[in-house]
Amino acid sequence: MGRYVLRRLLQLIPVFLGTTFIIYTLVWAIPVDPFAGKCGQRPCPPAYVAAMRAKFNLDDNLFVQYVKYLGRLFTGDFGQTFSGTDVSTLIANAYPITVRLAVVALVIEALVGMTAGVLTGLRKNGFADNLVLVATLMLISLPVFVTGYILRGLFGTPRGTSFVDLIVPGIVLGSLSMAYVSRLTRTSIAENRRADFVRTAIAKGLPTSRVVGVHLLRNSVIPVITFLGTDLGALMGGAIVTEGVFNIRGIGGLVFTNIQQQQGVVVTGVVTLLVLVYLVMSLVVDLLYAVLDPRIRYE
Amino acid sequence: MFIRKAALVSLPVAVALLAAGCGGGGGSTASSDNSDGTVTIYETEPQNPLTPGNINDAGGIKALDELWAGLVGYDPDTAKPYNLMADSITSSDAKVYDIKIKQGWKFHDGTTVKAKNFVDAWNYAAYGPNAQLNADFFSQIQGFSDVHPEDAKAQPTAKTMSGLKVLGDYEFQVTLSAPFSVFPTKIGYEGFDPMPDSFFTDPAGFAKKPIGNGPMKFVSQTANQDIKLTRFDGYQGQDAVHFKDLDLKIYSDLDTAYSDLQSGQLDFMEFMPPAALVGDKYKTDLQGRNLDAGLIDIDAVALPSYVPGYDNLDLRRAISLAIDRDTIIKQVLNNAYTPATSFFSAHLDGNTPNSCTYCKFDPTQAKALFAKSGFTGKLTIASNSDGGHKEAMTAICNSIAKTLGVPCDFVPQASFGQFRSMITSHQATGMVRSDWGADYPSIEDFLNPIFKTGASSNDAVYSNPKVDALLTQADSTADKDAAVKLYQQAEKLVEADLPKIPLWNEKGTGGYSSRLSAAKLSWKRQPDVSSFRLAPTS
Amino acid sequence: MSDPTVAAGEPMLEPGADLGRDDSGRRQDRPRSLGGDAWHELRRKPTFVVSMVIILIVVLMAAFPWLWTHVDPNAADLSRVRQGPSGQAWFGYDVQGSDVFARVIYGTRASLLVGVLSTVGAVVIGGIVGILAGYHGRLTDSVLSRFADIFAGMPFVLGAIVILMTFNAPGSNPGEVRIVTQVVLSIAVLSWPVAMRIMRAATLVAKQQDYVKAARGLGAGPLRIIVRHLLPNTVAPVLVYATISLGANIGAEATLSYLGIGLRPPVVSWGVMISDAKDYFTVAPHMLLFPAAFVSITVLAFVMLGDAVRDAFDPKSR
Repeated sequence: MGRYVLRRLLQLIPVFLGTTFIIYTLVWAIPVDPFAGKCGQRPCPPAYVAAMRAKFNLDDNLFVQYVKYLGRLFTGDFGQTFSGTDVSTLIANAYPITVRLAVVALVIEALVGMTAGVLTGLRKNGFADNLVLVATLMLISLPVFVTGYILRGLFGTPRGTSFVDLIVPGIVLGSLSMAYVSRLTRTSIAENRRADFVRTAIAKGLPTSRVVGVHLLRNSVIPVITFLGTDLGALMGGAIVTEGVFNIRGIGGLVFTNIQQQQGVVVTGVVTLLVLVYLVMSLVVDLLYAVLDPRIRYE
Repeated sequence: MFIRKAALVSLPVAVALLAAGCGGGGGSTASSDNSDGTVTIYETEPQNPLTPGNINDAGGIKALDELWAGLVGYDPDTAKPYNLMADSITSSDAKVYDIKIKQGWKFHDGTTVKAKNFVDAWNYAAYGPNAQLNADFFSQIQGFSDVHPEDAKAQPTAKTMSGLKVLGDYEFQVTLSAPFSVFPTKIGYEGFDPMPDSFFTDPAGFAKKPIGNGPMKFVSQTANQDIKLTRFDGYQGQDAVHFKDLDLKIYSDLDTAYSDLQSGQLDFMEFMPPAALVGDKYKTDLQGRNLDAGLIDIDAVALPSYVPGYDNLDLRRAISLAIDRDTIIKQVLNNAYTPATSFFSAHLDGNTPNSCTYCKFDPTQAKALFAKSGFTGKLTIASNSDGGHKEAMTAICNSIAKTLGVPCDFVPQASFGQFRSMITSHQATGMVRSDWGADYPSIEDFLNPIFKTGASSNDAVYSNPKVDALLTQADSTADKDAAVKLYQQAEKLVEADLPKIPLWNEKGTGGYSSRLSAAKLSWKRQPDVSSFRLAPTS
Repeated sequence: MSDPTVAAGEPMLEPGADLGRDDSGRRQDRPRSLGGDAWHELRRKPTFVVSMVIILIVVLMAAFPWLWTHVDPNAADLSRVRQGPSGQAWFGYDVQGSDVFARVIYGTRASLLVGVLSTVGAVVIGGIVGILAGYHGRLTDSVLSRFADIFAGMPFVLGAIVILMTFNAPGSNPGEVRIVTQVVLSIAVLSWPVAMRIMRAATLVAKQQDYVKAARGLGAGPLRIIVRHLLPNTVAPVLVYATISLGANIGAEATLSYLGIGLRPPVVSWGVMISDAKDYFTVAPHMLLFPAAFVSITVLAFVMLGDAVRDAFDPKSR
């Protein structure tokens, strides 16, 4: 187990380097001078442009730039924006909001999705099953901004950024995954109902509640947990539309405006953290597997 | 406030005297019970640290306008300049200006504002190695090229401009390298604000907690969220505020801000979302609390002279005559604009309505001129597509295509930066959107930066020696009326060549919430915070 | 928006991975092939029939738009801007006074093209990398899997924005082909890891089968084993994924266009129409709702098709 975790952690390093390099390269490769639009209809003073290019190492070749950036990153310095704000400040302001939003979405999709999935999985082809099936199909096929506009029209924009304020945007953000979770749970439950261990449990004369609650559920949630785990990262990275519709000042809008302004330092910093979340969550999910499924053991 | 004219000065130079409209304070609307309230206004994230030398974006200027007070202010209704911190600005030749400032003004840290604070601030902003965005605003001052060589890599030969001289605690002298009669109007621009001594010891630290001399002082700034200011009780100017705290709340979406404005979570917006403009919906939504800025600007399309085929005067005239400005404004731009009939804004002194004879919709003449031009191929108009430009440019293209029977494409650019770098590097392949908002209210600002050979915003890469000569002559004419006449002659020459096609002038529509009983919107599309009054009920 | 392609792929893994095993077991005692079996099953499913009818209509709209409307989608008349639906124009007019119905019809081609091509791209890249990783195992597997992780970890929308911004030089006036290609490539580049994982998992299972071991024992080369023995048994789960992902990619195009970076004029697509309409949603909702409805119905059809195909291929669900 320990060796497995270590190996997985070591494998994170090349992935981390690859992702940051690609993002960094792409942002700086945008074939536009990042200071071209900074002075409205007139060009900026050459002295300003020269000083900024020097400050952000833009005149080095890309690889040198990247290594310099990485060097600073390892000392905990995320760099500064063109306007001199610390990127770490921006991240510290925006990340908690997006994390909160993603967690709200995750909790909603897990609760609603799994409940719907269990109910329909136990009574396949009933009325409730068909209803949920149709509802999930609708959710999957509606573009997020449509759901967003409708709910914003009904409930308005959030007053603050507490968990309660973020419930409506959380529903929008989690709606697509909610559909997947319910279908996944349904399939999983339906499959496991016919499994030997369930038959054995019933044959032993255990009460239905115990069969469903302990034996069936525990084994059926494994694929759902996998999905939920990797979904946290996806939710955070995908919050951009939801955040835009509800004017939530999280990382989505931060990255979007900074790509437009070609602030590679900000984009790389924020995305790097997103990738880390994704990688760590994948690891956690794999480890959870071992805890939940006695048949899986890591060497 | 007064302008003291020196006895020998024959001509008052472009400085207007204004009745102090709101200087008395304690008006009927400002009741004492709500003068301690908070006002929340729409804001966009400033693009640079909040220091006058380095801010040129609307979001940053909004905060600067409250934190600082310049030598000259502009009347919120008429856009006429008046002396704010300046006591007098005098010159006999439009080249050497003697500026006296008022006494008793303080920075927010308690230090007195002296002439030295202006001179130091200007020298700092102009000095090349300081890399300030607004450095070019000082380029007319004598000695600018010594502190800011044209070649960015060259070392400056001086640290201060020879044209700036401190004559006393409250008086300094500015010598320009060439006469420029509009200078006293120009120095109302935020880049000319004074800086306290503490700025020069630690500019970076200063930017985190800026100290100005304006009606409000800095409290806090949270990146991408808000800027908080509070009233500076020691403020001496006539544009003091009538409430206590100002929250500048940053929005990324106009629709969201607008719904907050309606619900009273937001008190002021200088923009209206497109949907609210449709059928004047905002007027009913806001129950009359809508505002018209009287913006000083002009929207146009430039026809770059380097693009093959566009060097044909008949074609340029045909295109201008083929644009149905009235219908586009009514149907696509929701009456937020007025058709342009000159190369200036209608709100400027010296503007002659209908001076642009080709700025009308005349399909018959357009077709005839187009046939005469012999143009074949496709017309294109490029612009960044955000901010409603896509709709307007597409509509123009459709209008041209329909009238002239020539294909016309709108070419969207991903960002404003991308769009501008295309123009400055002369890579346009067709027409380009080329809007202009005045830095200061003068027709000079609509000619020199745009039509002079090699000027900073000469998007059409237009060059006409006669225009250049007239502009230089006008700049050095100290008599205001005579100068205006010369600028108008230059406009006539430009009109004959039509390097840019004037489209329309934006009105600038804004609104305020029911928490306020009064508010004004300035010609720069900025809130006139001194006119804000909290409604008594709140 | 939570990443549609990744999300669409995950639930497929489990049934897909089982497929190879069941397939090989059954082929011996039944004359009908798995495909024929599935087809027989499918024909009787109402969801399959309904989704196929919708898809057929959409394809016809894409291929022959002039069959459906005689109105020029780019004909603009400012006197009728934003007018709602009427007998004259079933779906009303947009901000330029163009017929929304005609634009929806003519926009089908670009939207469908992006969906199909980006899915093909993702499946081809992902399939090849996945089968190589699964077949070779060990170091190759590790390297390829980590390479896939790089793209999988990159947030979809953000990655697409960066890519699309990078490949548009200022002043360039790309033609329709280039605009569509850019969007297709950026979606494909960011979604192939899902296809790769599905393919890799299926290959790992199929590799252990006796007939593969036998073929190797008989001296078959890697290429022959992959093409003749592994591919036929691993392609089904990837195809099921592709069907669902096709719908998701049409939705992704709409989202990218909504953000102003996907398809753009002169291309007409549902996403472009939605992006044009979003500012006027409160006053002229028809401009957004009709193209959005077409996106939804098309996505729905592909998801339903994918569901039906998966059930048909998965004997356990019968």
